[in-house]
Amino acid sequence: MAYSEKVIDHYTNPRNVGTLDKSNNSVGTGLVGAPECGDVMRLQIQVDENHVITDAKFKTFGCGSAIASSSLATEWLKGKSIDDAMKIDNMDIVEELALPPVKIHCSVLAEDAIKAAINDYRVKNGLEALVSEKSHH
Amino acid sequence: MNLPIYLDNNATTPLDPRVLEAMLPYFNSKFGNAASRNHAFGWAAEEGVDYAREQVAQLIGATEKEIIFTSGATESDNLAIKGVFEMYKEKGNHIITCVTEHKAVLDACKHLEKLGAQVTYLPVKEDGLIDLGQLEAAMTEKTILVSIMYGNNEIGVIQPVKEIAAIAHKFGALFMTDATQAVGKIPVNVIVDGIDLMAFTGHKMYGPKGVGALYVRRKNPRVKVTAQMDGGGHERGMRSGTLNVPGIVGLGKAAELCRLEMEEESKRLSALRDKLQSSLLEMEESYLNGNKENRLPHVTNISFKYVEGEGLMMAMKDLAVSSGSACTSASLEPSYVLKSLGLSDDLAHSSIRFGLGRFTTEEEVDFAIEQTKKAVNHLRELSPLWEMFKEGVDLDSVEWAEH
Repeated sequence: MAYSEKVIDHYTNPRNVGTLDKSNNSVGTGLVGAPECGDVMRLQIQVDENHVITDAKFKTFGCGSAIASSSLATEWLKGKSIDDAMKIDNMDIVEELALPPVKIHCSVLAEDAIKAAINDYRVKNGLEALVSEKSHH
Repeated sequence: MNLPIYLDNNATTPLDPRVLEAMLPYFNSKFGNAASRNHAFGWAAEEGVDYAREQVAQLIGATEKEIIFTSGATESDNLAIKGVFEMYKEKGNHIITCVTEHKAVLDACKHLEKLGAQVTYLPVKEDGLIDLGQLEAAMTEKTILVSIMYGNNEIGVIQPVKEIAAIAHKFGALFMTDATQAVGKIPVNVIVDGIDLMAFTGHKMYGPKGVGALYVRRKNPRVKVTAQMDGGGHERGMRSGTLNVPGIVGLGKAAELCRLEMEEESKRLSALRDKLQSSLLEMEESYLNGNKENRLPHVTNISFKYVEGEGLMMAMKDLAVSSGSACTSASLEPSYVLKSLGLSDDLAHSSIRFGLGRFTTEEEVDFAIEQTKKAVNHLRELSPLWEMFKEGVDLDSVEWAEH
């Protein structure tokens, strides 16, 4: 199976690899997936006082598509309000990266990681956690 | 050095140019049907087939009449297992095999279970070898066949075939082995090993694809299998179908080359393999899968913990290797072979199989070592699990959100 050019680009030059201080209240961390399943994504956001995401970092254990999905997610998150970020849909990632059907779970994982990071930030800052209307599990 | 480098010789091997040369006349001037007994075209084809049969028989210590040409190892496995079940059903219905067999064996057995066969799937020990005590304990008077592979395709371990054959015979059962990965790579002798039926194929020994053979013993005991394909009664009635003459000639030539060059080649390859393996095992948190001693000379299988195999292969883009990770399959299940060794799913996902071959050079191996190390380090920089491991987090204590 061949990878799309965009997957290869994100995989070869992953954007925003790194770690933010998860104990900081302005940082939200989402850790999703499981080693047994072959995918673990950690996505972190730095949020300012206006609830706008100023920075995003990721680390991913997984295949090329999983790495590309999380790299793309960090790019999309920067500059978005946490409310807008909540609207990122896995199918947008599928489309942008031209993921084949067997790789859709990678995009689902990225969406889950975004939502988990936002909710972590929300709970830390006295906001209620949002429940996604769609469930992948 | 040409890139990418082919290190997937357990999947298939390139055709040796000498094999190609031997095959070519049988595509044009010697195009006859080997079953045409009444003219020169048929005779020329038949002569090619007869010679190939000798070459193949010689490689494994058999006689020509014991070689049945097929389309490959999958067909040979099916013919042997289903053919024995049908032929010996009066005697019993019990078959013993093992969990790390190739799917051609496992699925043929599963098929027979639906037709009334009782199948025992022996587990393997941590090193990938079966426990002979367990085999003996599983034997019954209804056991007609023991089918255990010679060398494993994923980890390369070599089963104690001679001892297995002795146990099968002690209980009056036949011993069949899928020797696809072993024939042509290590000395395999059906007499010395006590093999009754043996499947192997051309394209794993520098021959063409689409041609294989089944060895069927003719003496002590005389073994029979029921044909699984009806037709013109070719191959002593065991496998109908016009013979693939160019393929068979190629298989014969490949067998001859393996017989003549095996000793030197296996020494050279095991030295290269050991170099690759020991260099990669120097890396932190890398583990060898399968028994270290009883192993085919050209293969090694290593898990690089905290990186995922498919992602790793993508970083090793100049190397053609394979992984036990099943990220490409919809099931998300990693290799059943690695899991039967007791490997955790994450280690199975992190495995890479390197298969060296006749045309692998030392320069290529050095390049592979360098690129693999670079790729592993790159992916570990990206891996949250590696970071957690380095921070001393016990990953087993983390509550993962399984998906």
